Amino acid sequence: MNRFEPYVFLKGLASRWDVLAFIVVIGLIAFLGETAHGLFAPLTQLEATPLSLNPIHLPEYAARTTFRMLAALAASLLFTLTYATWAAKSERAGRLLVPILDILQSVPILGFISITSVFFLSLAPGRVLGAEFAAIFAIFTSQAWNMAFSFYQSLRTVPVELIEAAESFRLSRWMRFWQLETPFGMPALVWNMMLSMSGGWFFVVASESITVGHSAVALPGVGSYIALAIQEKNLVAIGWAIVTMLIVILIYDQLLFRPLVAWVDRFRVEQEPGEKIPDSWALTMMRRSRVINAATAAFHNLVFWTSRLVKRPDKPPVEDPAPSKRRSLDWLWVSLIIAALVLGLWHIVAGLIANTSPSEALHVCGLACITMVRVFVLIALASLVWVPIGIWVGMRPRVAEVVQPIAQFMAAFPANLLFPLAVYGIATWRLDPNVFLSPLMILGTQWYILFNIIAGASTIPAEMRYAATNFGIKGWLWWRKVALPAVLPFYVTGAITASGGSWNAAQVSELVSWGHTEIRAKGLGSYIADAAAADNFHQIVLGVGVMSLFVVVINRVFWRPLYYYAERKYRMT
Amino acid sequence: MNSSPLLSGSPLLQCTDVRKSFPKPDGEELLVLEGMNLELREGQIMGLLGRSGSGKSTLLRLIAGLAEPSAGDVRYLGQPVVGPARGIAMVFQSFALFPWLTVFENVALGLEAQNLPRAEIRKRSLAAIDLIGLDGFESAYPRELSGGMRQRVGFARALVVHPNILLMDEPFSALDVLTAETLRTDFLDLWAEGRMPIKGVILVTHNIEEAVLMCDRILVFGSNPGRILSEIKVTLPQPRNRLDPSFRELVERIYVEMTARPKAAATGGRQERFPGLGIGSVLPHVGSNLISGLMEAVAAPPFNGKADLPEIASDLQMEIDELFPVAETLQMLRFGELEGGDLKLTEDGMAFAHADIDERKRIFLRHLLAYVPLAAHIRRVLDERASHSARKSRFIDELEDFMSEEDADQTLRAVVRWARYAEAFAYDDENAMFSLENPT
Repeated sequence: MNRFEPYVFLKGLASRWDVLAFIVVIGLIAFLGETAHGLFAPLTQLEATPLSLNPIHLPEYAARTTFRMLAALAASLLFTLTYATWAAKSERAGRLLVPILDILQSVPILGFISITSVFFLSLAPGRVLGAEFAAIFAIFTSQAWNMAFSFYQSLRTVPVELIEAAESFRLSRWMRFWQLETPFGMPALVWNMMLSMSGGWFFVVASESITVGHSAVALPGVGSYIALAIQEKNLVAIGWAIVTMLIVILIYDQLLFRPLVAWVDRFRVEQEPGEKIPDSWALTMMRRSRVINAATAAFHNLVFWTSRLVKRPDKPPVEDPAPSKRRSLDWLWVSLIIAALVLGLWHIVAGLIANTSPSEALHVCGLACITMVRVFVLIALASLVWVPIGIWVGMRPRVAEVVQPIAQFMAAFPANLLFPLAVYGIATWRLDPNVFLSPLMILGTQWYILFNIIAGASTIPAEMRYAATNFGIKGWLWWRKVALPAVLPFYVTGAITASGGSWNAAQVSELVSWGHTEIRAKGLGSYIADAAAADNFHQIVLGVGVMSLFVVVINRVFWRPLYYYAERKYRMT
Repeated sequence: MNSSPLLSGSPLLQCTDVRKSFPKPDGEELLVLEGMNLELREGQIMGLLGRSGSGKSTLLRLIAGLAEPSAGDVRYLGQPVVGPARGIAMVFQSFALFPWLTVFENVALGLEAQNLPRAEIRKRSLAAIDLIGLDGFESAYPRELSGGMRQRVGFARALVVHPNILLMDEPFSALDVLTAETLRTDFLDLWAEGRMPIKGVILVTHNIEEAVLMCDRILVFGSNPGRILSEIKVTLPQPRNRLDPSFRELVERIYVEMTARPKAAATGGRQERFPGLGIGSVLPHVGSNLISGLMEAVAAPPFNGKADLPEIASDLQMEIDELFPVAETLQMLRFGELEGGDLKLTEDGMAFAHADIDERKRIFLRHLLAYVPLAAHIRRVLDERASHSARKSRFIDELEDFMSEEDADQTLRAVVRWARYAEAFAYDDENAMFSLENPT
């Protein structure tokens, strides 16, 4: 029984897509096996086989790095499906979980890497596994929050009529989750996964080479390779690493994200008939290949059979407790949260008071202001460059088709790989680091401005442009009244992302080294980096705490109002 | 599934004293349905006919088990409805198909939820797809289908679970006229031939002709709160002909029924002909172009100031749901009177229709300030203040004493529209400020 037609194997000869799929699948398995092999080795093995700058090792290092990214992505996905679901389904839990997520989004986690590393290393003492966990966790923290947020928002906005349809056909909650809610959240989730990956590459480079106290752990990977190349002042090796990274990101894009984007297209509820359907050769391969069909069928079967295990109760669930009882439970919940908050706050404040001084805190706030000025000035400069270019590109569909993927690609490329080049230049020509280190923090994040502007400009309706031409609106008037207002909502979205990324990048871009030369710019980023190098826990907490505070406050009082204003006034519907 | 034999003549479904209210932000109750008593018997198509806001869709959701009544009870085969019952299936206005599932998978979903063996799911789904005329479309995704085909999937999905009662929530109103008619006819044919596994149908609609065409009984709903005004039996034999005089007569009768004023107001003198309006009345979202358009149409020949509603509706190609709010706005502004299915312009209404644009604005301003207390109130506040300006929130707060947040917002938007046309006062949306100044 249960044999469902399309899944009968090998009716004819294997198609050419099967051959391709076979190679890809076997390659993946071999790669996973090889990488996993090293996990349980003792840490001493890392020291026994030190990293080598010979580019012949780069494919292996790239594979290890890629594996970490995949593991972190899987962890983020798991986190998203559970945390966001919990937050969306339980009103009580949501009241706490959602603000936590909002804060976590803006905390620059990079500063905590050395602290979390100690924790993970202690989980698997003396084994590479612990260090791997630490690195994966660092990447996870750069990916999970916005994914969870997007899924939470999707869960809260499932169209009422679809919920009613699911209800009236008596879907169990389990079925509803897999058949309605998860598919509905997919498009936004995949988009956020892509954004997360972009951020993740940045972190992977920063997190593979960890210093804990006096011992340094360098996991085999592109990030460690770079670190070693910097130490040994080897420009050629850095060139190799950059090329490797480009290739890895390209493969990721082609094998993972393009197929995903093309695939989730079917999950979008609003269907504009005229829209272009995304295309992916890898997805075509997967669809046409019977081997991979069998795998997806297996997943469908899993959902089908688990749905029978979790039956919908014939009677509806027991009524909610009486309002008075519910209210007292609410009170209990809120007071528990407040108690935990007070305890945590007291712990942190007491620690800071005992180990730092008010003057130090003031000093840190001053440094934060310097970094803030840097971020704002750079965003403004990047906007001056990219907004006109983005509008120009966006209004020319042919050009946009070429430029848009490049901009997205550049956003994914970990800019910290390029830092050594800048350091080399600054050291050679003896430039002022306070000025010339600054562009580094926006190197990787400026692209968000560009590709959002391109996206915005390409949505300007043709009729509006004709109207502008027809009435002879040209020059500055055209920019002021037509182009800039039309892209404003998109610009704000891009600028928010760029600003958040720049704060994070400050921690690696305000203090950079080349061999034994260290170049630093005054600011909160270099303060945190110094504290991390010195393993000064309290300074790290103070620095990261102040940075979080700045980011959260700037988001609340500046970006968010601007965002809503732009959405309300300038969004074309 | 539901193999329990139906006692002949006992109702499939019974609603007794059903009442539904929603809590308002200020803690009070917003009553949307009251005193609902109805029975659905085997072999009947029952129509719930009313305008939007009359609570007919809410009632359908109570019957479907998607919501719970605040009082009274809904019984299906004698058992109280608690949650969605097996044996009651629904067809939605917006189709509510899952865009990521194929036609086949959409139809099969309801059976999967019943944990049937796969072979049976497949057999029954294909049978339902076949029955509803979707053969060959099994592997298509909803986005590849036209609206009519999508709604056929909606029907197949509902029929595949072999329901006793089929609930239809304005199933044809999102379709174009021709497609809707084809689907209605196909449905009536299947029903007449007894090829669908259903025993009774409840159809929610705002289209009078559709109700007369399809139903055996029509319950006419009134608004605020939603209640049953009357029950009309349709005894015309199927298939019915829209041009048949007795069909037209019935449509006309229901028009009159739906335009009749509440009994209390109809007994008094002339002044009470107009429904009383306080500051707390929800104003309809009707623009000045529609208002003057309707007045022009009624003033012009062949109507010359007095028009039969069904006639002018078909003349202007409007549905009653669109026409009624405009006609009522005319009545509220004392530009027209509604009675017995007729719309008659007042003296000022005729004057307005024949005036030029400035004169029109003057007449409109006079009527706006005289008969829309909210407009007069805002104008008075602005006049009295030295700054001649006031925040929007001030009036929103006042309105929310009487109505929901949403209604307050809509009401204020309506009054702003009219005031802008009449140049009674100005409103700046960016700062959310009312003022007397005209923009420079």
